[in-house]
Amino acid sequence: MNKNTIGILSLFVLIFGFTWYSNENFVNGYNMTNLVKWSSLYAIMGIGVAFVIITGGIDLSIGSVIGLVASLLALAIKYEWNPTLTVVLLLGLSIVIGLMHGLLITKVKLQPFVVTLCGLLFYRGISRWLTDNQTMQFPGTENLDSFFSGKLLIFGKFALSSPFFFLVVVAFIAAFFLNRTIWGRYLLALGNNEDGARYSGIQTDRLKIAAYVICSFLAGVSGLLFAYELDSVQPAQTGEFYELYAIAAAVLGGCSLRGGQGAIFGVIIAAAVIRLLRNSINLVGISTHLEFSIIGLVILGGVTADELIKRIVAKRRSKQISTSKS
Amino acid sequence: MPKEPPLLEASSIGKQFPGVRALHNVNLSLFQGEILSLVGENGAGKSTMMKLLAGIHLPDDGAIKLNGDLVEITNVREAQKYGIALIHQELNLSDNLDIAANIFLGNEPHKNGVMDHNRIHRESAQFLKRVGLEFPTDTLVADLTIGHQQLVEISKALSVDARIIIMDEPTSSLSQKESEKLFEVIRGLKSQGISIIYISHRLGEVIDLSDRVSVLRDGENAGELVGDEITHDAMVKLMVGRDLSQFYNRTVTALGEKIFEVKGLRTPPYPDNEISFSVRSGEILGIAGLVGAGRTELLQTIFGITPAVGGSMKLNGKELMPKSSLEAIDSGIVLAPEDRKRHGLILEMNVRENTSLARLSRDQKVGIIDFNNEYELAEKTIKELKIKTPHSSQVVQYLSGGNQQKVVLGKWLSMNPSLLLLDEPTRGIDIGSKQEIYKLMEELAASGVAVIFVSSEMEEVLGMADRVLVMHEGAVTGDLSREQLNEEAVMQLATGNKAAA
Repeated sequence: MNKNTIGILSLFVLIFGFTWYSNENFVNGYNMTNLVKWSSLYAIMGIGVAFVIITGGIDLSIGSVIGLVASLLALAIKYEWNPTLTVVLLLGLSIVIGLMHGLLITKVKLQPFVVTLCGLLFYRGISRWLTDNQTMQFPGTENLDSFFSGKLLIFGKFALSSPFFFLVVVAFIAAFFLNRTIWGRYLLALGNNEDGARYSGIQTDRLKIAAYVICSFLAGVSGLLFAYELDSVQPAQTGEFYELYAIAAAVLGGCSLRGGQGAIFGVIIAAAVIRLLRNSINLVGISTHLEFSIIGLVILGGVTADELIKRIVAKRRSKQISTSKS
Repeated sequence: MPKEPPLLEASSIGKQFPGVRALHNVNLSLFQGEILSLVGENGAGKSTMMKLLAGIHLPDDGAIKLNGDLVEITNVREAQKYGIALIHQELNLSDNLDIAANIFLGNEPHKNGVMDHNRIHRESAQFLKRVGLEFPTDTLVADLTIGHQQLVEISKALSVDARIIIMDEPTSSLSQKESEKLFEVIRGLKSQGISIIYISHRLGEVIDLSDRVSVLRDGENAGELVGDEITHDAMVKLMVGRDLSQFYNRTVTALGEKIFEVKGLRTPPYPDNEISFSVRSGEILGIAGLVGAGRTELLQTIFGITPAVGGSMKLNGKELMPKSSLEAIDSGIVLAPEDRKRHGLILEMNVRENTSLARLSRDQKVGIIDFNNEYELAEKTIKELKIKTPHSSQVVQYLSGGNQQKVVLGKWLSMNPSLLLLDEPTRGIDIGSKQEIYKLMEELAASGVAVIFVSSEMEEVLGMADRVLVMHEGAVTGDLSREQLNEEAVMQLATGNKAAA
């Protein structure tokens, strides 16, 4: 585990302990079930955007992709499409969205911020238009319902729900991809120095496109999970701002927006910290109007501490080397 | 030499960078109205020394005295205040502004923030006159040649009343004519009492111009030459610390067959010039020329980074025309680029990850990295190339320039290339590593690899190459065999004087 992950884990323990100390109702089966579930949902998005951030890019369209996928799912159920086929098609659609982002960024050489900002606006508009901006309920589609939002009772009232199991699978594959495969290594190399990677024979464009595809695909997966979890879709609101939670989780979890850095486990814990903060602000008795401010401050504090520690380490290291030489 | 105390006196200067001791106990003095040349090999510490005087870096040790007073030059503005101006090799002008705006950039005369345009143009015209540049002051800098831009830089130095002007390799991209014009201006400045510190790799012009020469070697004073002592051999001996024949003791091996051939190759920046040449097995081909002559572009085209717009190439009898570096690498061509930090390495990754970066795609199984294999490759490379690093997990940005270059070479040698391209292979590295790299080039050539290297260092070209291509403005102006090789011939061809060859 790297230093950053240890830091973020300590932050989690600290906030958890403080909340429990201030309100003993915090730790109960129901609340813990929710905490794990929502943290998992945030973490899946966070892992997706982490891949894009590692390449030095950004994806602002995540929330709108979630909204679009959830809206289309609701429509399909309303018109009684085959549910399984719908799910497959929606995941296919999110892959195509990522592919388009990647192509626009690498081939047309547009800036990731601009491309995905336009995506954010475009997909949201499409969702509202297709659904006539009506809130839609989900009549149960038996099997898929339990697949995407089922619960496994562990003890008492504490249960692990589907998003958690999805996260475990996604996290395992993502960590393996990033740390053990050549493509993960290439991704980190290109994030650090794109020209350097290209001069070493790495096909940087393809890798970047792959990163956007992974990100949109995981946004699509989250869209399905959110839709089944909430049992209703508001085309104008579902998923709104979620890209910012995802980016916050990735950054707090150790991904540098400059690219080239990232740890999957850190992103998961960071997503949990953000979810935990929302929960504890309620329970500790701080005005919920301050929620965003507090989350913002904690993230700012976290990345500042990280930057300062890195600087001290770098200074010490260069000093060691020069003294060992002379 | 005047009896009065020196205008500038730097004593016991020391400077450390991460992983490198750039300067150690260096002394330098400069008298009024003197032209002092500072010479040394790549990486000897000349540029670092000048950056200390110009306030870009701070010295770790030592003292700088101006007119006998101790001063501390902490930033560029302060250096200006003390009358010190540095003209970089890569000029620092804004292309989109006119001459006058560039001369006064940052020092615009103004009233409550409103610029006094009349005064800017009037005074600029006077400065241009002093350097003999006859252009209207509202000419855009982008429309000037590099030689003229240099004169604008000098005018800028005059505008802040500089008494010491430092020029870092000012002629590296100038034609013969432009260089001569510059020397005239420099002598003119000297007669106006301005002191010049002149840095150059071209020993010929150093001999013509200098009152005194100070030589640096590996960040230390190597010696000083005055007046008649300033000869080519004396300088080189101080620069490399021994006789030249011992430094580049190239053992010429028997040449084999043609293994690499280029016919009518046209590179994107110079689509009208067709380049043709060939390299034989066991041969080291040098490419000489001014900065901006298209040498780097030629290597990048062969390596597939900027694919050719026409022509053909043949390696080991097979036609090829790489459209990407991956294609070039797969057919056996590798490039150690000029800008090591930007193109050669992933600075924030460690030695192991850098050495394996190109090799990974061949050693993988279904995309999974074989960590044992990777570790062994790194250890082997470190041992064979004598890379000085505490362990293979050291991040490469903390290694010295020489060791970084060895990591780049290690990465490529593991691919068993047929053609090795080296762009300024010894820029910014110490003499020890330099010799190791020369030896490596020889060994590779002897083992049948075709080696092509681009170098701006004349001694290196003359000492290492079996044959030299000289380039000028994107075209090959000469192809000199070892017997025809001498500094004069190379310079004539490099500056576009075809007749002399």
